[in-house]
Amino acid sequence: MTEYTPAEMMITSSARALAGERVVFVGVGLPNIACNLARHTVAPDLELVYESGVFGSRPARLPLSIGDPTLVSGATLVCGMPDLFMYYLQGGRIEVAFLGAAQIDRFGNINTTVIGGRSPGFVGRYEQPKVRLPGSGGACEIAIHAQKVFVIMRLSPRGFVDQIDFCTSAGHLDGEPGGRAALGMPGAGPQLVVTDKAIFRFARDTGEMYLSSVHPGITAEEVQAQVGWPLKVADGLKTTVPPTVEELRLIREELDPEGAYTGKGE
Amino acid sequence: MKIATLHDAIADHVHDGDMLAIEGFTAFICFAAAHEIIRQGRRDLVLVRMTPDLIYDQMIAAGCARKMVFSYLGNPGVGSLHCVRRAVEKGIPRPLEVEEYSHFGMVSRYMAGAADLPFFPLRSYMGADQPKVNPHIQFVESPFEGDVVAVVPPLNPDVAIIHAQRADPSGDTQIWGLLGVQKEVAFAAKRVIVVVEEIVDESVIRSDPNRTVIPGLLVDALVHEPWGAHPSYAQGYYDRDNQFYLEWDRISRDEAETQAWLDEWVYGVEDRASYLRKLEGQDPTLQQRLAPGEALSQPVNYGIYG
Repeated sequence: MTEYTPAEMMITSSARALAGERVVFVGVGLPNIACNLARHTVAPDLELVYESGVFGSRPARLPLSIGDPTLVSGATLVCGMPDLFMYYLQGGRIEVAFLGAAQIDRFGNINTTVIGGRSPGFVGRYEQPKVRLPGSGGACEIAIHAQKVFVIMRLSPRGFVDQIDFCTSAGHLDGEPGGRAALGMPGAGPQLVVTDKAIFRFARDTGEMYLSSVHPGITAEEVQAQVGWPLKVADGLKTTVPPTVEELRLIREELDPEGAYTGKGE
Repeated sequence: MKIATLHDAIADHVHDGDMLAIEGFTAFICFAAAHEIIRQGRRDLVLVRMTPDLIYDQMIAAGCARKMVFSYLGNPGVGSLHCVRRAVEKGIPRPLEVEEYSHFGMVSRYMAGAADLPFFPLRSYMGADQPKVNPHIQFVESPFEGDVVAVVPPLNPDVAIIHAQRADPSGDTQIWGLLGVQKEVAFAAKRVIVVVEEIVDESVIRSDPNRTVIPGLLVDALVHEPWGAHPSYAQGYYDRDNQFYLEWDRISRDEAETQAWLDEWVYGVEDRASYLRKLEGQDPTLQQRLAPGEALSQPVNYGIYG
């Protein structure tokens, strides 16, 4: 079997999940490579939309940031941010969006704002955080409007917690069926969490995350040890199909030839 | 409107205690203006910007700000803003008040400010905690169908600073590439400073009016400052200097090193031209390294009518 890094596993798993999709909201780093890989494999018609206001991007190099000028040259459309948020996102044109998370709970609610704090209580946590994280960016509304949300993050006990310190981007709320619709949230919320050790999905009726597949060599017990709540496991738990030779060739030779995002195996 | 040096534009239009927005979404970030503001020792500014980026990290490290209004804190593609974090987490060099939105929330505040509306509605913040810590995010019921939407109030900065590729001597400004909220902030602000790579003849602007984003009508000062956005970029003129973005991640982790950098590269140079001379002295390949090559658009025919 061909050797691969955890990052390459995350990229190929994310790319395969884009099969048949048409419009994806892309972040930089792993999601960017995953979306470009999908365009070369399972989703040739995929249009990449960047939060910076670029539609139909064909980046000639690996973008350094969400605002890299390489996203603009050769794109089909560039717009201001009012258009991007009002018409593309709020107007319901985005099918899939990728989000990252510092903390996620069992219902896929995401924190990227603050961790911990010096004084007790919610507001104290916010005003005097132990760690000040980036905040929402567009994630809060992406989580509301994208038809589906895919989360990419590393599996760790610090990340998969029973209680997030701040809800930046709502997932399936408290799991109550119809909860999102009742609040006027058009998108279906998180559908998939891709990590370096396993893949998780969400139960349709309870909105609760469950272990869907483990990467080769990883057990369900090892995954549970990294998760801060009693994890539900799919009947007939699968092993994730590792990257193929062709997927690895595309990643290594075309999409990230310098290994900027994919070479740091653990 | 007058054409001014950056020194004079800042001296005339940016005052202690002002609410200042230097916009440009991960592009066209006017570091030249920020450095001039630091050199002139402005204090107690309320810094407004969707993505504070390295530019506000540096201004906060220099002690210019008492408060920041924003939607995403990060060194794009690299990591954290360490100076902002020191200010928020530890109060170094001084405590920093924060007022936080999502991107759409900030965009909506600028639109309300530009259009003189009392608030702007958006479908966001449902199920999220931001409204619990920011009283400026409220929900209202639609008088038409009973739908509930979030609303945010207008944002009208005292001053906006916008970097662009070119303008004519009257300040009619053209931008191509990421448009961000440059137009909205220009209409929302009480005073506007535009900083450009080139000042061109009015006929150049008139040959392509669809590309004009900001009319000279709004512009209080026009500054010609080539490479004024370095280490950020100007589409078609120069690329982002990513080496510096990576280097800042290292420098900014340490308070003393940060202050030493400000001493050398901000207080220690007279203006942007001296900064560039110093930079090219250390890195003679700078212009060549960041040159983007040429990808010209096809001209269009506007037609002659009458």
